[in-house]
Amino acid sequence: MQVKENKIKEKFHKVTDESSPKSKLAKNCVYAFIVGGLICDIGQFFYNLLISNGVSMEDTSTWVTIIMIFIGALLTGIGIYDKIANFAGAGTVVPITGFANSIVAPAIEFKKEGYILGVGAKMFTIAGPVLVYGIGSSIILGVIYYFISR
Amino acid sequence: MVLGKRIGKQSIKLDSKPKIISAYSVVGPKEGEGPLSEYFDLILKDDLNGQKSYEKAESSILYKAITECIKKAKIQETDINYLLAGDLLNQISSSNFAARDLDIPFIGLYGACSTMTESLSLGAMIMEGGFANYLLAATSSHFSSAERQFRYPLEYGSQRHPTAHWTVTGAGAMILGKTGNYPYISYVTTGKVKDYGITDVNNMGASMAPAAIDTIKQHFQDTGRGPGDYDLIATGDLGKYGKDITSKLLKEYGYDIEKKYIDCGDEIYGSSQETNAGGSGCGCSAVVDCGYIYKNMLSGKLKRVLILSTGALLSTTSSLQGETIPGIAHAVAIEYGG
Repeated sequence: MQVKENKIKEKFHKVTDESSPKSKLAKNCVYAFIVGGLICDIGQFFYNLLISNGVSMEDTSTWVTIIMIFIGALLTGIGIYDKIANFAGAGTVVPITGFANSIVAPAIEFKKEGYILGVGAKMFTIAGPVLVYGIGSSIILGVIYYFISR
Repeated sequence: MVLGKRIGKQSIKLDSKPKIISAYSVVGPKEGEGPLSEYFDLILKDDLNGQKSYEKAESSILYKAITECIKKAKIQETDINYLLAGDLLNQISSSNFAARDLDIPFIGLYGACSTMTESLSLGAMIMEGGFANYLLAATSSHFSSAERQFRYPLEYGSQRHPTAHWTVTGAGAMILGKTGNYPYISYVTTGKVKDYGITDVNNMGASMAPAAIDTIKQHFQDTGRGPGDYDLIATGDLGKYGKDITSKLLKEYGYDIEKKYIDCGDEIYGSSQETNAGGSGCGCSAVVDCGYIYKNMLSGKLKRVLILSTGALLSTTSSLQGETIPGIAHAVAIEYGG
């Protein structure tokens, strides 16, 4: 019987590969491109709006970031962002709205465990790794840049 | 008198034929919109069930299923000698907290999503041993409490994998008794843990299929029965793709179950409900067994049924540490009339 099971085990992986559908990479890429692009358009819209109203370029960058984070957080809070994300995938993860979503979602979720050990401790469960490696790699690049540019 | 005997390697024949005198199922709103809605005893309008958190909600749903099941059987809480229950949450907290409010001796179980037939198997053995007049087997799961524990926060935006499952919000309870004209348990086959090396947590169906295959095969070998002896064979929550794997590989052992075979996870949601592979969670097989299957047995549509709840025995830590996902499946044969 053991021999038989080993045979089944070998077959199992073949059958599993045949039976389990793969993610539709091309379709997902197109959706991500469209939705991600639209989010960038919205950002660009606010950028142009502020510039044409005489706001300095530096202030505009700050304001656009704030506005986009606000929109991401708001859509998360009213339960829409995750629905768009299921359709758009990386298109909603990569822009800054996705970063807002990754912090606001656990903040809402873990409020039930209290403000310190719930919200405080769990808020960065998803964004934490992004921050650690984002800031970490910036430091390394900064050091390299410092020596190269001397 | 020696009642009951071991047959084959992993099975027991129950001479006392413990009767399932009552079954009750509670489901959430999404499950209530699915194709099996007419079979559920209670469909919640609010998946929080008036509670402050999803964990409390799950526990309250389980409590509801248990207490309503007792009412339906027209007996008292204190008539029940054991409560066997478990769920998916850490420290099986839904079951513990539901049992806190009940006046019934409690045995907590963990078998991941296999808990319905795990509790029913053990319950049948307790009945066979003559250690109880009545006992209750129950389990629950909740989409939102499971998501919180095993995946991401609910509002976090991520794409669901095509082979991912949707955890059923629901609870099921069954009461076993000694007498009366009810569907009874004839055989129990206890499964072994099987792990064929699946590591993808988004493909639970494939990780549990080997256990289901092994237990079904063993049940047939031990009892001398075959697919032809059953009107229905129902696995717990393998979903669309796990079901396909199970059906194909059982043919390698010489058993063609295809015509009799359903998977509770595959049945519970409609194709428009966007649940990908189908339902999962302890509640999945529990509500389908207590609802669809039990009611169809009572009405005489089904006479002999083999139910197998299937569990993926992973933890959030084990999968992060690169462990493969072991699976388990327990089979219970239920018969009525015929």
